[in-house]
Amino acid sequence: MDSSIIFSLRLSFQVALISTLFVAAVGIWVSYVLARKDFRGRELVDILFTLPLVLPPTVTGYYLIVLFGRNGILGSYLYDLTGWSIMFTWYAAALASFVVSLPLMIKTTRAAFESIDRNLIDASYTLGHSEFVTFLRVVLPLAKKGIIAGAILSFARALGEFGATLMVAGNIPGKTNTMPITIYSLANSGEWSQANFLVIFFTVMSALFLFAANRFSKRIL
Amino acid sequence: MGLTVKLRKDTGKFLLDVVWEMGNEILVLFGHSGSGKSMTLQLMAGLMEPDEGYINSNGRVFYDNAKGINIRPQERRFGYAFQDRVLFPHMTVRENIFYGLLRSKRDGREEKVRHMLEVFHLEEIENKRPSEISGGQKQRVTLARALIGRPEALLLDEPFSALDNTLRIEMRQLVMRIKKEFDIPIVLVTHDILEAYTMADKVALYVGGLVAQTGTPGEIFYTPSSPDVDFYLALNFPFLANQYQK
Repeated sequence: MDSSIIFSLRLSFQVALISTLFVAAVGIWVSYVLARKDFRGRELVDILFTLPLVLPPTVTGYYLIVLFGRNGILGSYLYDLTGWSIMFTWYAAALASFVVSLPLMIKTTRAAFESIDRNLIDASYTLGHSEFVTFLRVVLPLAKKGIIAGAILSFARALGEFGATLMVAGNIPGKTNTMPITIYSLANSGEWSQANFLVIFFTVMSALFLFAANRFSKRIL
Repeated sequence: MGLTVKLRKDTGKFLLDVVWEMGNEILVLFGHSGSGKSMTLQLMAGLMEPDEGYINSNGRVFYDNAKGINIRPQERRFGYAFQDRVLFPHMTVRENIFYGLLRSKRDGREEKVRHMLEVFHLEEIENKRPSEISGGQKQRVTLARALIGRPEALLLDEPFSALDNTLRIEMRQLVMRIKKEFDIPIVLVTHDILEAYTMADKVALYVGGLVAQTGTPGEIFYTPSSPDVDFYLALNFPFLANQYQK
């Protein structure tokens, strides 16, 4: 196999792995707050985090540029401070994957948290355990399957992220060309045999991820 | 010594306004479903916040709206057995009971768990999950878990309603033994008149969110304090009416 294809495979997994680690950490926290806390604007927060699921990837990518671009709202500070910009690096690909796959994690995990019997949590409180201990010893173990399913789905989604990634990380061979972007380039330049291989590889792998996610959770979206 | 409770809570659909006190005895909250008995326990445990009132346990104030005191459920230390038996499904019997102990109190935790397993005859099923044991066993585990941390009082919300008759008698005896061994106030919610009559040192008769009368079972059932209570009892428990209407 072509070494550039090996590179893009490796890059995709690297990006998806990093993205999923952050998705899991942020997603568990956000879903817990959404599931358990009653506050003003809760549904607004949910909608905000879910938007990337339905927005055109180019729109999500556009927002990321506005936020993190060299002249962006946050990116300009970073650039002034360090002379570095996240744009057109593999970090940007990870960031795009993070934003796009986070909704899947939140949807799945929130459902798992909400399905836990409120009485179990109350029982833990009346036994003298703090909210944090209750979270660790009761909530997390009982939501474990949903969390794992959410992480698998997010990983699969991160691997397949294309649109937003293209806008913020570009298509730089040997630097930011993840698998979906490589497939796009191959198809563009008519290299069908290599494209076929990657497409089939991708399809089989994604199906396996969905199978794994379904085994952990009966209710996926 | 004991427990003093005065609570008022208006949910919009239902108004609860009750006051009673008790010592280290069994107080039965007796009345129909929907008369505010379970709600009283939830308010006491701190799982719901009253509009006004106070909760005083052995001189410690857990709630007092006038003084702005509202202690978190974690620090109220009431042993609470819920209406639905709620054991942690991912823990074994032993782990469930162990969970009733706090991490901060490290000494002798193993012995305490061992002792509870013995008292409640759970040694043989200590490594089973809640899904693998019977209803009576689950209820015993719930009691052991609620009691192992030496609570200030025990709140029991219709603990035996899902059990069959023989088991229910067994469990009533168990609660009587708990009263002796632990010597704490036990608040028992029930709508079973036999349970109220046989177990109570004192009964608080709940009617529509209010306490219609408190007293010994004999006082309540044979000398109703008002025509209202009399009417309520005669209407709902006609077989009793025959006994006191000579």
